[in-house]
Amino acid sequence: MARLNVNPTRMELKKLKARLNTAVRGHKLLKDKSDEMVRRFSLLIKENKRLRDEVEKELSETLRQFSVARSVTPAYRAETAFAMPSVAVKAECGVKSVMGVEVPKIGLVNEKTTDGLPYAYPEITSEADYSVIKAAALLPKMLALAETEKTVRMLAEEIERNKRRVNALEYVMIPQLEETIKYIKSKLDENERAAVIRLMKVKNKS
Amino acid sequence: MTGKIAIIGDGDSIMVFRAAGVATFPAENEVKAREVLRKVAKDYQIIFLTEELAKPLTEFLKRFDEEPYPVILSVPSKNGSTGHGTELLKSAMERALGVDILFNN
Repeated sequence: MARLNVNPTRMELKKLKARLNTAVRGHKLLKDKSDEMVRRFSLLIKENKRLRDEVEKELSETLRQFSVARSVTPAYRAETAFAMPSVAVKAECGVKSVMGVEVPKIGLVNEKTTDGLPYAYPEITSEADYSVIKAAALLPKMLALAETEKTVRMLAEEIERNKRRVNALEYVMIPQLEETIKYIKSKLDENERAAVIRLMKVKNKS
Repeated sequence: MTGKIAIIGDGDSIMVFRAAGVATFPAENEVKAREVLRKVAKDYQIIFLTEELAKPLTEFLKRFDEEPYPVILSVPSKNGSTGHGTELLKSAMERALGVDILFNN
């Protein structure tokens, strides 16, 4: 491991020792952070998998049901029936922090409408009604999935970044500092010995 | 803050969500979807994207992972799930943990 390019003086030695101290402490903290992030990540990803499986199953079912139901009515009539939505769902978007990572927090704002269906009944078959209701009921779950999945992705990125930091400290920074400190120490010792010898020689001459 | 929800997909898959009150943006292929997405991402906080469109755009979608919003989620279309969502999950897990703790295959 290459040592740093510094002058072997007492001053530098002191500075380097302080830096090494900080690096070791930082390394420990980051490592703890990494451990905790991994723990949370593994919990989150299990939750994510469960939600995704559920949403995928229900959603494909709903969509298939709807496309069958819709095919009964001519395309242009379905188009006009669905052209004007009477409700607009909104989501409450906040931000929360998971281990210092800003992640989204989503809640559904409930604007309850009485009938919920934005079209007149004679236009569309009743199967379509069911799938619309089902899709609306599925939305909160989809939002929850969106939140968890984004969190998982962001956390994965942060874990990766953090791992890189930990490794840089552990395998580059700390060994480098240690090696440099050793080098300066041996240099200083050598200077001291040289000074003693010089004094002895000078004394012998006289 | 109140966010708006949008869905991008082919006409049939998204019509049902229009009735449920989600803003819909039709896109028949990934080129169109990318265009629509770029526009929609500014105004909508939560965007659902059907898997057929999300799959070719995986690289493009990565840039949205830096910020909490917008959240882009791939959902199955009327043709059923292609397993793309699970794949994304798997790659995130492998990147973060280095091992597979869910699927074990």
